[in-house]
Amino acid sequence: MKTVTVNIVTPDGPVYDGEVTMVIAKTVAGDIGILAGHVPMVAPLAISSVKLNKADGKTDVVTVSGGFVEVRPDKISILASSAELAENIDVARAKEAQKRAQARLQQKQSDIDVKRAEAALARATNRIKVQEGNI
Amino acid sequence: MVNLREIKGRINSTKSTQKTTKAMQMVSSSKLRRAEQNAKAYVPYMEKVQDVVAAIAGGTNDVSHPMLTARPVKKTAYLVIGSDRGLAGAYNSSILRQVQRDINERHRSKNEYTILAVGRKVRDYFVKRDHNVSAEVVGLPDQPSFADIKEIARNAVGMFTDGTYDEVYMYYNHFVSAISQEVTTKKLLPLTDIAPVAGTTASYEFEPSAEAILETLLPQYAESLIYGAILDGKASEHSARMTAMKNATDNAKDIISDLSLQYNRARQAAITQEITEIVGGAAALE
Repeated sequence: MKTVTVNIVTPDGPVYDGEVTMVIAKTVAGDIGILAGHVPMVAPLAISSVKLNKADGKTDVVTVSGGFVEVRPDKISILASSAELAENIDVARAKEAQKRAQARLQQKQSDIDVKRAEAALARATNRIKVQEGNI
Repeated sequence: MVNLREIKGRINSTKSTQKTTKAMQMVSSSKLRRAEQNAKAYVPYMEKVQDVVAAIAGGTNDVSHPMLTARPVKKTAYLVIGSDRGLAGAYNSSILRQVQRDINERHRSKNEYTILAVGRKVRDYFVKRDHNVSAEVVGLPDQPSFADIKEIARNAVGMFTDGTYDEVYMYYNHFVSAISQEVTTKKLLPLTDIAPVAGTTASYEFEPSAEAILETLLPQYAESLIYGAILDGKASEHSARMTAMKNATDNAKDIISDLSLQYNRARQAAITQEITEIVGGAAALE
């Protein structure tokens, strides 16, 4: 099967670089699967995980906190403000962040605070879910 | 006669100062190395984002976004990136001088602009002179991660979007080399000077639409520009401090050698005098 190069980069450095057969990502408009030779495309991503199916049948999972995917026929780049490989996720930290966000949501202060806490909660929950393997 | 003990004391105190400056120099040089690495790790991200922004904003002419269009300027924001601590030579003062000069040139009243301060030195300077400081970050770590600066970046972009101010200038020290930094001014918002990148002829499909993508992409782009400037500024800070401390160490060395010369002269004079006195005393006895 044809493969395509995937780069996942964040401001703190590259996270992933490899050859895959298919990328499955969740954009704000819905799930997409991208194969090699896809038309050039740009789409914003939801806070979610990206599945990377490799030629040997294995799958890598990377969490992303938003950002977007840029597709070219021979190359796929994912740009996110943060991203981690599933095995590198710090679950303890994510659980703590989740608790903090929940506590903040319960207090309900100004409008912006709620939005930020919700986003933080979504990121933390996403990380925990991915780490535990039930994506 | 010069007091021997006094000179000895000054030599010792200069020596201990020299030890401190030497240590700070070495600490800064290792921090500089880390900062350079961080700046390097960041380059691929920046290039990619720039690529995509240029492809979208430059490719399709019919897209418009508030962050791309210049509007009449009622209020200007200055994002000034300095450091928390001093002892870095002219690092902070040169940047503050530049900002102050530009403000004096462009504005009559203090209501026409606001300051976004990064670094304690910067904040203190503007607060003391009674300028409007609408956002600040102090206590950034030496190797800031994107999460550390997200808040100020989001603030800076958010207040532009909601109309608090109509343009943003960014001031920081650009890292040229380990011995030279350059005060750099950049117009951050609106993003009017996005250069189309040659070679990106690919016409993208936008999912769901070009506008929706710009909506998420442009803030991310602006935030990453700020992050890039802060990383650059940090590298400059460490190199400026390294140079300043190296000069201080060298000066201390000069002072110590001068003082040692003085000390030895005084010691010699004291001995000579003692001998003269003994000889004089012996002569008087005969």
